[in-house]
Order: sequence, then C-alpha cells, then structure tokens
Amino acid sequence: MNKTIVTIHDLKRDFQMGGETVHALNGISFKVQAGEFITIMGSSGSGKTTLLNVMGCLDQPTSGEYLLDGTDVSSLSRDELAHLRNRKLGFVFQSYNLLPRTSAVENVELPLLYNRDISNKERRERAIHALKEVKLADRMDHTPNQLSGGQQQRVAIARALINEPVMILADEATGNLDSRTSYEIMVLMQELNVKKGKTIVFVTHEPDIASFSSRTISLRDGRIQSDTVNDHPRSAKQVLAAMPVTSNEIKNEPV
Amino acid sequence: MNLFSLLRIAYKALERNKLRAFLTMLGIIIGVAAVIVMVAIGQGSKQSIHDQLANMGSNMITVLPASNIAGGVRIAGSSFQTLTAKDITALQRDARFISEFSPVVTTRGQSINGALNWPTSMVGVAPEYLDIRKLTIKSGRSFTLRDELSSAKVCLIGQTVIDNLFPNGDNPVGRVIRFNRIPFQIIGVLTTKGFNAFGQDQDDILIAPISTVQNRIMATIYYQYIYASAANEQTTDSATAELTKILRGSHRLKPADENDFTVRTQQELINTLGATTSLLTILLTVIAGISLVIGGIGIMNIMYVSVTERTREIGLRLSIGARGKDILLQFLTEAILISITGGIIGVLLGLLVAKTVTLTLHWPTVVSESSVLLSFMVCALTGIFFGYYPAQKASGLNPIDALHYE
Repeated sequence: MNKTIVTIHDLKRDFQMGGETVHALNGISFKVQAGEFITIMGSSGSGKTTLLNVMGCLDQPTSGEYLLDGTDVSSLSRDELAHLRNRKLGFVFQSYNLLPRTSAVENVELPLLYNRDISNKERRERAIHALKEVKLADRMDHTPNQLSGGQQQRVAIARALINEPVMILADEATGNLDSRTSYEIMVLMQELNVKKGKTIVFVTHEPDIASFSSRTISLRDGRIQSDTVNDHPRSAKQVLAAMPVTSNEIKNEPV
Repeated sequence: MNLFSLLRIAYKALERNKLRAFLTMLGIIIGVAAVIVMVAIGQGSKQSIHDQLANMGSNMITVLPASNIAGGVRIAGSSFQTLTAKDITALQRDARFISEFSPVVTTRGQSINGALNWPTSMVGVAPEYLDIRKLTIKSGRSFTLRDELSSAKVCLIGQTVIDNLFPNGDNPVGRVIRFNRIPFQIIGVLTTKGFNAFGQDQDDILIAPISTVQNRIMATIYYQYIYASAANEQTTDSATAELTKILRGSHRLKPADENDFTVRTQQELINTLGATTSLLTILLTVIAGISLVIGGIGIMNIMYVSVTERTREIGLRLSIGARGKDILLQFLTEAILISITGGIIGVLLGLLVAKTVTLTLHWPTVVSESSVLLSFMVCALTGIFFGYYPAQKASGLNPIDALHYE
C-alpha cells in the first residue's frame, strides 16, 4: 500500500492578468501515497482549484515537478495528457457534469468510450458494476433529471471509478448538496477509500468534510500552510446515523 | 472511439433536440428535393421532346428547295422550284442508305362537309410518307400507286378534321367532303398523334396522293419538300451524304456550285432542342443548388449554437480523456448525420414530388440516378464543410474553461 502515486516538487503556476503576474501556486511540494484520502482546504483564491487542475492534468505547471504514477506530466502534449486523464484519473465535479437526457449507465460508460482497448460488452459490464458499487443498481436507466442531487453525484462517482484510476480527484463534490446528502457521499468516499483502497484527493472549503479524511493540506496564497495527518478520521456513517431523520428525507433519499 | 460509438453518440445528441435537428435538416431536405425535382423536370421535358421527335421519325431527313446558305433577299422565287420528279427518279435508281422517300406538297384550304367547314392543310404525298412520319391508319385504307397515277380524288383524314366535319360521330370512311371546290372521298382515318413539340396539332390534316394535290389543286410540277428516311438512326449521316450526292447529280450542279437545296435531319433538331433544355436544366439545378448551400449554412449555424450550448459537455469529455480529435469527430459526425439524414429524406421527398408533378400537372419527369447521387454527395460534403468549423472550435476548447463555462 505504500506506493507513491504523486510527487509534487516546488510546483509553480503563474497567470498573466492584464500585465500583472499572479502566482496562483507559489512553490508547493508534497507526495501522495496510494490509499490516502486527502482533503485540500483553503479559502477562495488560495490556489486549491489551480492545484487540482494541475494534479488532474488539465493544466500544466509553469515550473516545478509533477510525477503522476511515475510519469513526468510537465513534458506531455495535449493528446498525451488526455490519454493520461483517461487511464489514470477519475474526476468528480461540484455540479456533477452528467450528460442530460442520457441514462445513468451511459453516463458512467463515457470514459471508456475513449479507451480503444475496451470492448462494447466489457464497457457495459464495468458500468453496471460501477453503478452497483455506488448503490445505484436500480437506477441504471434513469436520466439525470430523474435522479436527486445525491444520486447524480453518485453516478458521477461511478463514472470516476469505471476506468480504475490511480487517483480520484473531487472538486467541491459536496458543494451543491445539503448536509445529509453530503454525508452520504462521504460515506461512499470513505468506503471506496477504506474497502477498495482508492486514493482520493478531495478539494473542499468545509472543515466539517475535511474531518472525514486521513490527511488535510491547507493552502494559503499559493503555498502550503499546513499538512496534517488525521490519525482518527470521523466515520461518516456514524455521523449520518446520528442525524435526526425526517419523513421527507426518507422519501427522497433512500440510503 | 469506433465508428459505431461515434454514430451512436451523434444520434443521441440529435435525439435530445429532435425538433431542432429536424428544422436544421429541413434546409437540406428542401435543397436536395429541389435539385432532384428540378433535374427531373428538365430531363423529363428533354426526354419528351426527344420522344416526340422520334415519334415523328428520328431518322427522318428533310430536303428543302433552295440553299440555306444564301440568306435574306438573295433568295429568288425560282430557287424554291428545284425539287422535281427527276429527283425522285434519281433516288429510286441510286439510293442505298435511304430506305424510303416521299415528295411532299402542302396547301391550306377549307374542308367542307355539307353545312360544316373547317380550315385545314392538305398534304400531297407518296404512300411511303405514312411510314416515314410514323403515321398509321386507324380505319379504312391508305392510298395506292394506282390512286397516285390516276390523281384520284381520295384522301386520309386526321381526327381534328373529323371532329369538326363529323361532330355526330358518323364514320367518315367512304363519305365525300370537299376541299376548296374539289370533292374528295375519304378512304381512311389516321390514328391520333396529338400535338408535336412545337404545339402544332398533328391531327389537323388531310393527306392525298401527291399527283392529286399537284395537278388538281396547286397546278405545279415542283415539290415543296422531299422526306426521306434512313434505314436507321446510325446511318443518318451516310444517308444524308448520299442524298446530297444524288440530288446534286440530278440537278447537274458543278463541283464549285452551292447546293440549290438544303438537307436537314431530325437529329439536328433534336440536338438543338436538347441544348436548349440542357441549359434550362442547368439553370434550374443552380437555383436548387443555392438552396442546398443555404441548408448547409443552416447546419453551420446550428452546430455553432450546439457547441456553445454544450461547452460544459465538451469540457467534461476532455477531462475524462477525450482528445481534441475525438471531439472534432463527434461534432463532425453530428453535422454529417444531419446532412445525410436530410439528404435521404430529401431524395425520397424529391422522388415523391417528381411523381406528384407527373400525376397532377402531367409534366413529364425523368429522375436520373446521377442527379440523385450528385445531390446526395453534395449534401454529405455540405455537412463536412459546414460542420468542420464548429467542430474545430469545439475541439480547441480549453478543458478548464469549458468545464466552468456558464
């Protein structure tokens, strides 16, 4: 389990804003081991989204080193980055980003459509399997507008799981959800992390959410302010169980 | 990403916006249908003119007195009097490529049956004329050599003349009518031929032996035309050359002399009319082609809207590993799918409209395979051409910007 997935060393990312250079990331160094559940915290403008974009190979650093699963990302072309995202990363977004009027199973299949090595049959099987893992086996043919916010986010998580990525990147994945549904998503995240050993990098600005992770990196003005290991993360399942249940929520959100 | 997946994704995307996809297609549908119908009408009228001319005898050769090289006032009255019985004798003796020939004179006059009368033409001919002009006898008989030798006062009658002289539906065969002052016995009725390509009523006619018309009505020894018929369409040129040679011989023309007659073939006429209708077809096709281009611009417009609308989808696809090329192909496939589906519907609509035009307006239409193929290919190319730029725009998007596009 002690394999290093991410090595980031003195990472810098500058943006030109009307003649002025903004240092969104100003010398960041850390490593991510396989099986970690990291939350990246920080106020708005602290550089956490920029860091996630670089880690997600959507953006390239101005300087510094980024090794993802042994691959040096900074030298890759656009198409090579796309290939890397397709094979090694899973994304979960704040606004789910599901294709409208497209069934859950087809949404989940999407990353494998860009993988020539996977047959149509295997793709469908893996999509069904991924949906089962997020407990949506009975919602496979539902379109996003027939699903609740929490269910939509679970479809998105299944989509992030289907290519068996080395790392799942979540950008404010609970930002659009109420606290109860947020905890449900965290239950799922913890399960994936603990039971399946998935490495998760979760960007959030809610300290509450960070308390479920095993490590928290706080950013401020493009630098790491603190990097603390949380030896005893809270169990989202227990928190959820302790919440008062209203009849309305039972109807809308079966657990 | 394989072709099947591409098609499926494109189909799904269009299915999400059925009405819009259909409206976009409409431009292509109308364009393709218009091209097919216009070409069908153009080809149809060309074909119909050709058929009518062929019906008049496509291997028919006409000899006119006087040269058509000498123009305007230089034509003397005597130059119309060059075709005589001598020419016919020469033809009978020497012709090999010419299968049949007939001298022709025509005169206009009043046909009279009792109190009824009708202005019509009388054509004096040899019996072969009927074959050359592809005329047949519906009832009664044709005239014979004996009738010709005796300048018999007999005639064949066309349907239009019958309608006017025998409005009660009496059988005209055996009855006697007068043409001008001379009584003629009707010996046969011509099969209806209808109007020719120039709008002339081919049934408004009386046909009599040439000698009868020449001697009893016109008092002339000259012919107005000689109609001849080549053995078949291919030998028309040899027949024309032969005819010219024989007539020059019988007219005793020196090698340096101009022809004092003109030989015309039906083929020339077909070619001239064909050129006219071809021009018309091209004109119609260009107009229809413009509507196809407008349809293409419609596709481009909608694809641009679609790319803007689906910016976040593009961002998502890029972030989960689609390459720029994949996005380009996806949008291009959508554009091509619209144009090809539109093309197929357009072809079907075009065939339907062409058929309807024939059935309701009685315009002849010929749907040519090439026009179907061409318009279909043009519309597929339209899809590629007009779909490329929006697709290019989509594929060049930055995934981060696209993901956060509002």
